[in-house]
Amino acid sequence: MLNLLWLVPVLPFFSFLILALFGKKFPIKASAVLGAGSIGLSALLTLIIGIGFISNPPENFRFVQTFWTWFNVAGLNPSISFYLDPLSIVFIFVITFVGFLIHLYSIEFMYEEEGFSRFFAYMNLFVGSMLTLVLADNLLLLYLGWEGVGLCSFLLIGFWYKDPANGAAAQKAFIVTRIGDTAMAIGLFLLVANLGTLNINEILTKAPAVWPQSSGMATAAALLLLGGALGKSAQLPLQTWLPDAMAGPSPVSALIHAATMVTAGVYLIARTNALFILAPQVQMLIAIIGAATLLVAGFSALAQHDIKRVLAYSTISQIGYMFLALGVGAFSAAIFHFMIHAFFKALLFLAAGAVILSLHHEHNIFKMGGIKNKMPLIYWTFLIGSASLASLPLITAGFYSKDMILWFAWSSPKGSAWLWAAGLFGAFITAIYTFRLIFITFFGTQKTEIGHTPGKLIKVPLVILAVLSLIGGFIELPGTLGNLPLFSGFVEKVLPSAPVHGENILQEGIFQAIAAITALLGFYIAYLLYLRRTPSEGKNLLQKFFYSGWGFDWLYERIFVRPIIFLAKINKNDFIDLIYTGIAAGIGLFHGLLIKTQTGKLRWYAMGIAAGAVITLTIIVFL
Amino acid sequence: MNQVTLETSLALAGILFTTGLIGVMVRRNIIFMLMSIEIMLNASGLAFVAAGSKWMQADGQVMFIFILTMAAAEVSVGLALILKIYARFKTLDADQLNKMKG
Amino acid sequence: MQLGFYIPAAIAIISSILVITRSNAVHALLYLIVSLFSVAVIFFTLGSPFAAALEIIIYAGAIMVLFIFAVMLLNLGQEAQAEEKRLLNFKIWIGPGILSLILLIQLFAILTPGFSGFSGFSGQVISPKEVGISLFHKYLLGVELSGMLLMSGIVGAYYLGEKKKRSRHRFFQGESS
Repeated sequence: MLNLLWLVPVLPFFSFLILALFGKKFPIKASAVLGAGSIGLSALLTLIIGIGFISNPPENFRFVQTFWTWFNVAGLNPSISFYLDPLSIVFIFVITFVGFLIHLYSIEFMYEEEGFSRFFAYMNLFVGSMLTLVLADNLLLLYLGWEGVGLCSFLLIGFWYKDPANGAAAQKAFIVTRIGDTAMAIGLFLLVANLGTLNINEILTKAPAVWPQSSGMATAAALLLLGGALGKSAQLPLQTWLPDAMAGPSPVSALIHAATMVTAGVYLIARTNALFILAPQVQMLIAIIGAATLLVAGFSALAQHDIKRVLAYSTISQIGYMFLALGVGAFSAAIFHFMIHAFFKALLFLAAGAVILSLHHEHNIFKMGGIKNKMPLIYWTFLIGSASLASLPLITAGFYSKDMILWFAWSSPKGSAWLWAAGLFGAFITAIYTFRLIFITFFGTQKTEIGHTPGKLIKVPLVILAVLSLIGGFIELPGTLGNLPLFSGFVEKVLPSAPVHGENILQEGIFQAIAAITALLGFYIAYLLYLRRTPSEGKNLLQKFFYSGWGFDWLYERIFVRPIIFLAKINKNDFIDLIYTGIAAGIGLFHGLLIKTQTGKLRWYAMGIAAGAVITLTIIVFL
Repeated sequence: MNQVTLETSLALAGILFTTGLIGVMVRRNIIFMLMSIEIMLNASGLAFVAAGSKWMQADGQVMFIFILTMAAAEVSVGLALILKIYARFKTLDADQLNKMKG
Repeated sequence: MQLGFYIPAAIAIISSILVITRSNAVHALLYLIVSLFSVAVIFFTLGSPFAAALEIIIYAGAIMVLFIFAVMLLNLGQEAQAEEKRLLNFKIWIGPGILSLILLIQLFAILTPGFSGFSGFSGQVISPKEVGISLFHKYLLGVELSGMLLMSGIVGAYYLGEKKKRSRHRFFQGESS
């Protein structure tokens, strides 16, 4: 059963190849079946493998399927092998399952577009690369998948390539993540140089043996890997690409920039957890970055006009929560939040896409409104997703995952009150901007007419994801509400468990209550601000600051972009070329001088002869 | 006679030669340039004859005859050319005849 | 003593200088003839009567006369003379003067006794007979070659001096052949 593991990433790759080579000639239905079907098959296989794994776990809860050795150079021999353990099972489940739903949705969403098969080819390549990333046995294969998803992100953001703005957004995404990728590559080099291997398991056992706690090398390696994670997961300071990546189609935003690619950084850190445990300063840094990002992004989401940009900043903010959890050592909480976030964020993006499609590609929320009754299914699914995002207590899955993170932020020995306060305040802001979005988009007076009504292929995935957003949390009930640690029990077979101060149920209960009240408070404030009064776009200074994402783009433009463009411009005529053109110009000058001696005048030549005679005589006779 | 050494004759030849040279370099009129060239030829002939006289050989005068012949041929062709130049360019200024410049 | 040498020498120098400073072409030519005569006298002093005779007959008598004929053919006129006067200012003499002065000094330096060790002269005459024998024995080839040279000179001068009567359209009448 487990030997079918290799099919899971290979099926999407295979379908990508066929679609890339022959897709233009296929009828639309064939591309759709092939594109979505391959992911569907992978999802089915994942289900079977998952059930097999849980019911009959292999030894040590790990399963490796090796194909061949990639290369063997100076003792370094990474192999193409897939590695299955609880962490990767969670990830491939989310990727294939949510991916399949999104592919179904895209069939209807992209139905009239030209480039239909191209879209599915890219999407399948993406899913294949992402699966490779999470199933990789060694960091080199992981990096292969990492680059693959980066490439597909670029291709899909700039899918409507005829508009140069989309191309620019794709370039920005690629370049910013490249910075992180370079840091990660250097980190890999460090690991190879010091530990001699890139196999993940070997690293996890060797690193504590080779490097003492908090050694410089461990800190450096961890820091560099963190750099890579920051780029891919759009955290401070490399978060500027994600809001602009919304230029791509909505299914792309749902799959890549909500559910899967941006969580690759979380996966990386969770996988190489031993390294980060060896470098506690870096882990503290992860927590701080997570907390700072979730606040910055949260405030920015408050001031956005574009429906997808609100969700983009929201994604940055929620991944900040995951980083916060990783930073305080609550690895399982981070993975749990990842799974729940994948459900509700994909749901939100797909629903937003349906809204945009129905309102003739209108993105500005201030031009929407009053469509609550015209599109009931979309409204209710959007509402459920938003409730999960805002972690409304008890009924939504988001409540359980976010609450778990907040509890560990307070109680873990690596956590602190400040981190908990930041997370709590972030939850407050999250609730406000989420319901702001709902109230402005769906309530009030209608400003745009409805065009396209969504069909089954759009509605069914939305419903499924909505259901998951509600019940997904029940597999991990905290101590105060039944103590059913199914998920963390599963995942902590391979991840270090989060140490807790004391098993104080009462304390935990109090904090849960505080979190619940905060979420409801946020909902109420949003109601006051945006439903009672008519919302306006608002252009005062603070709103402008938040709108621009705390001015990071402005800052980077001035610090990095302009100097580099300036340097490129002054070197436009390659300064090395100056040597050659300089020689040519010098010779030209000399030629000009020589020409002046050819005056054509007889007397001048006679003078020349006389002068020559004088000089020759001087040299011969007198010197 | 004894004190008329070769050096004196050659010095005289030298002076005449440089005078001709100055004439070539200074004058713009082609006729005067030709004249100055004649002076130079004459001076070199003088040098030859003086040398021949010193060594008691006829060779100096023979060279002088050759120089004379050459001067005659050169002057005739040169003057014919000058006539042609004057007919074409209406000027005898050597500086105007600088089409070969550059 | 050597007045027979020094006086003609002085005259030669002065008349040469006068040749190159005149503005009238015919005057300059006449001064040139004077210079040639004085050089002929010097030849006599040096014991080369044949060369002296040749100088007068051929150089002064034929070549210079040819020059004068050509100048008269050109029919230069008063304005050419005025033009010459105008062009001959003082500044022009400086450059060539300095150059030639240096050359002259160098020539003199070469001629100083310590340099190459020349010395005196015998005063004997080299008769035309010796010149003739030398010419047609030793330098026969040279004689033939100068014959050819003269031939080419004649042909060239004849061709260049010809006035072709070519029919030209009256549009081009301004140009002469």
